[in-house]
Order: sequence, then C-alpha cells, then structure tokens
Amino acid sequence: MDRLVPTPSLGVIPERDSGKPLILDIHGLGIDFGGLHAVEDFTLLIGRTEIAGLIGPNGAGKTTVFNLITNVYQPTRGVILFDGIDTRGKRPDEVSRMGIARTFQNIRLFKDMTVLDNVLVGMHNQIPYSMLSAFLHLPSYHRKEKEAREKAMDLLGIFDMQHMAKWQAGSLPYGAQRRLEIVRALATDPKLLLLDEPAAGMNPAETAELMENIRNIRDRFQIAVLLIEHDMSLVMGICEGIAVLNYGKIIAKGSPEDIKNNPTVIEAYLGKQED
Amino acid sequence: MSFLSHLINGISLGSIYAIIALGYTMVYGIAKMLNFAHGDVIMVGAYVCFFALNSFGLPPAVGIPLAMLVCTALGMLIERLAYKPLRAAPSLSVLITAIGVSYFLQNGAQLIWSTNPRVFPSVFENAAVNLFNGQLTISINTIVTIAACVVIMVGLTLFTGKTKMGKAMRACSEDKDAAILMGINVNRTISVTFAIGSALAAIAGVLLCSAYPLLKPTTGSMPGIKAFTAAVFGGIGSIPGAFLGGILLGIIEIFAKAYISTELSDAIVFLVLILVLLIKPTGLLGKKTVVKV
Repeated sequence: MDRLVPTPSLGVIPERDSGKPLILDIHGLGIDFGGLHAVEDFTLLIGRTEIAGLIGPNGAGKTTVFNLITNVYQPTRGVILFDGIDTRGKRPDEVSRMGIARTFQNIRLFKDMTVLDNVLVGMHNQIPYSMLSAFLHLPSYHRKEKEAREKAMDLLGIFDMQHMAKWQAGSLPYGAQRRLEIVRALATDPKLLLLDEPAAGMNPAETAELMENIRNIRDRFQIAVLLIEHDMSLVMGICEGIAVLNYGKIIAKGSPEDIKNNPTVIEAYLGKQED
Repeated sequence: MSFLSHLINGISLGSIYAIIALGYTMVYGIAKMLNFAHGDVIMVGAYVCFFALNSFGLPPAVGIPLAMLVCTALGMLIERLAYKPLRAAPSLSVLITAIGVSYFLQNGAQLIWSTNPRVFPSVFENAAVNLFNGQLTISINTIVTIAACVVIMVGLTLFTGKTKMGKAMRACSEDKDAAILMGINVNRTISVTFAIGSALAAIAGVLLCSAYPLLKPTTGSMPGIKAFTAAVFGGIGSIPGAFLGGILLGIIEIFAKAYISTELSDAIVFLVLILVLLIKPTGLLGKKTVVKV
C-alpha cells in the first residue's frame, strides 16, 4: 500500500496517484433536510486508483453522501468535481454514464431477472446497436449482443459466478447477491465504484475473500473505490485513506493507522471516557 | 359445430382485448399508472385509418401504418404533456389526469368528427374459409385478428427478453431508482413504452372496427375497460397475463352471449373478474411466475 501524500488542495491521496488528476474532488458539500443539516461541510479527495473508506456510527450520513455523489440528492451547498467535471444539475443516469457506479446497502438487484440479464442491464449504455437493427435482426445486433454476453460472463468470472448466469437473481444466496451487485455496478464501466456496506451479512471468511476481490478489481480496472463499511477488519485491511463521519460532519481523515489512534474517532464510536 | 364457431369468435374478440391489454399492462408495469386514455387512443387510430381509406382512398397497407404512426405520436405526446409532469405526484392525481385525458380525447373526437357513427370500410378481403363441408366458416378477418395477436405477443416477448431496451424496461419495472443508477434514462424508457402501447392500440382499433364496423367517438371506451379488466384478470404488469386474460375474457363474453344472455354478457364478464380476484387477488399470472415488463 502506498503512503498518503498531500495534494495541492491539502487533501491526502496515495503516492502513486499524486500528480494525476483526482477522480473525486468534493468541496464544502452540504445538504439540509428541513432544518436538519444532514451533511455539513463535507470535503474529500480521492485519487484515481485509491481505495477509500467512509466510516461512522449509524445515522452519521454516510449513505446520504453516496446519494449526493450520485446526484440522487441535489446538494444544498458545495461542489462535486468528478474527474474534473462539475456534476451539479446532472441527472443521476447522466452521472452514472460519466462513470460513477454504486451498490446499495439494502440489496437492489432486479430480482425477477436472471443473473446475466442483471449484468447486461448494467452494460445498457455500452451496447451500441440501434433499436432498428434489433427489430430487423441485423448481423450487427447479433454481434453486439454476443460481445455483450461474453463481457458479462467475463465480469461474472471475477467472483466465479459464471455457472449462476441463468439463475434468477432473487434466488441467489445473500452473499452472492451482494457480489452480483458489485458485478452489475462494474458492468457500467465506472471510473469510481461506490460500495455501500459490501460485507454486510458476510462471515469472516467471505469478508476476507471480498477484500481480495476488491483489491483485484481495483488493480485490473484501475479504478477508484469508495466504500462504506462497518466491518473494521475490511476497512483497516484495504482502505488507503479513511474519512470518519459523525452527525454529518467529517471528524477525522487519514490513513488506517491515523484513524485507529485518533481519540475523537474512538470517542464517536465508544462514547467519552469518564475519569 | 356451433360450439367450435363460438370458441373461434371468442378467441378472435379476445385477441383484440389482448392487444389492448398489452398496452395497459406495459404502461402499468413501467410507469406504475393506469392509463385510462388508452381505450380512446384505439378510437383515434380507427378514425385515422377510416379517413385514410375512405377520404383519401389509400390502401389498408398504407392506412394501418399511418394510424400506428399517428397513435404512437399521440401516445408519446399524452405522456409528455399530461403524465410526465406528474411523475412525482401521488398515484391518485395521475389516475384522475388519465380519466381527464380520456374525456378530452372523446370530446375532442366528437367536436372534430361529430357523434354520427361511421361505417368502417372492410380492411380485409371479405372472404371466408369453409371447413367441415361448410359447417364451420371462419372469416379472413377472424384469422388475421388471431394471427396479429400471436405475432404481437411473440414479438413483444422477444423484445422485452432479448433487446437492451426490453431489458431496460424490465429493470425500470422492477426498481426504477436502481435502473437510473445503472445509467438508464427512465423518461426515455417510459416514452418508448407509451409509443409501443399506442402503436398496438392503433392495430387493435383497426381490428376492432373491422369486426364491429360502427365507429363513434366512444367506440374505444368499452373495449378499453374490458381490456383493462383482462389485464387485471391475467395479472397486471405481466405480458403473458395480458394475453391470457384477453383471450379468456373474449371467450367468456362470446359464450355468455351465445348460451346465457346477450344482455347479461357484460355483467357475466365482470362477475368472472370479481370471482377470479376474490380467489387470486394478483390475477391469473400475477407476480412471481412471470416476466414482468
């Protein structure tokens, strides 16, 4: 793992990504729900191939941050630059096409569709044939569909799920559903992958395997990963930079070592020590 | 032999219901709304075909595609102007709007084309196939209607199952928000759904008026409601359900007319619906077993 180095705008990113444009550059982001500042003054930089973690107690606003990054919510304040482009005013599907993909805390697969079709839906925008050639069954339609299926099977191979391709997504075991969500997100050809509690409900062995998979995905596709997770073994094991959120505000940022020993973080998680 | 004849007539009428029901069920599956104006799009399609054939002397091979084109545009326009602004509104507002659009189309048709019924020209050859030494006669119209329904059904199943737009439709139908975050343009998908449903409505309009050649501004309303019933009967949101529901409804209606009472036939149709929904509230193929759209 590379050590973290400061950027010109004073965030920290892994050394190998320094000098390259940031994949995500969030400044002063905030959103109000009624009178509540759900997220306040959220600032975060992520390097192009960084695996970053967003942690914090329940209700701290972590998923809200994901919803802001994907433009499901429009921020009240602040700017998100994705790969140097301001995402304000773009629709969520446009943001997805720019290269941000995500998974969901409560799995949201297309349960009545097959595993393969779920992945193909993710590839929707990379299958470039026209409606006309589909209706007329032109050779280009068959070729593109075949290519898409091959690519989808290849992606399923990351998690050794090829044999499940024809299964109904809703019938998969829980862990496999989580993995399929990651595959479906990867199918959109992202530059930034947002994972919302990818290890939730997994046993320690599965979690260890998932960590390996996330690292492999980053290495193979050269993308950045931002993950929300409560499992500290995973967060401390693979994240290079970690941000800690509490009551909608970042209370600490840094390497896993910094975070482990940060008294403010310990207080947020365990409460203040009486003495 | 009359039993067989009634059965074929029932399947033929049911085919028309099924084609209309497909429009209801697809729109419901994706936009989660009941488009009560759908029946009146049928009427517009029939009028367009009527004028193309009667006033401009065009052949049916031009008139029918023209009707489909006009209805496609009309369906997309209705969606754009009346339903799209209500995307985030409660479903009751959308329902009332749909009823409003339905009345708008009916009254608009009365204004433009008057309430006088018109006799729809025969689109298909007025021939018939005789079987069993002439004991069973099947008109070309009946054959074309059933064939059209089967072709549409197979086509739609392939479309939703195999093409990327079809997959996008199924994805939107299951979880719109997740589909958006996969980069799918939901507005465009809904628009395409309305386009397909409305083109089918035009076909249904022509077939309906070929079988029952009296065309009025209210022509689409009763078949529209029956087709909606068929969609619910089969399990709303399900394409095979709309097909099955439509065919069964047609058969029940013709049998009720033939063996029980002409006056009571509609009451019997709706009675069957009530009974089915009491026993199976999701309809015959509702949820689980089906490919939803």
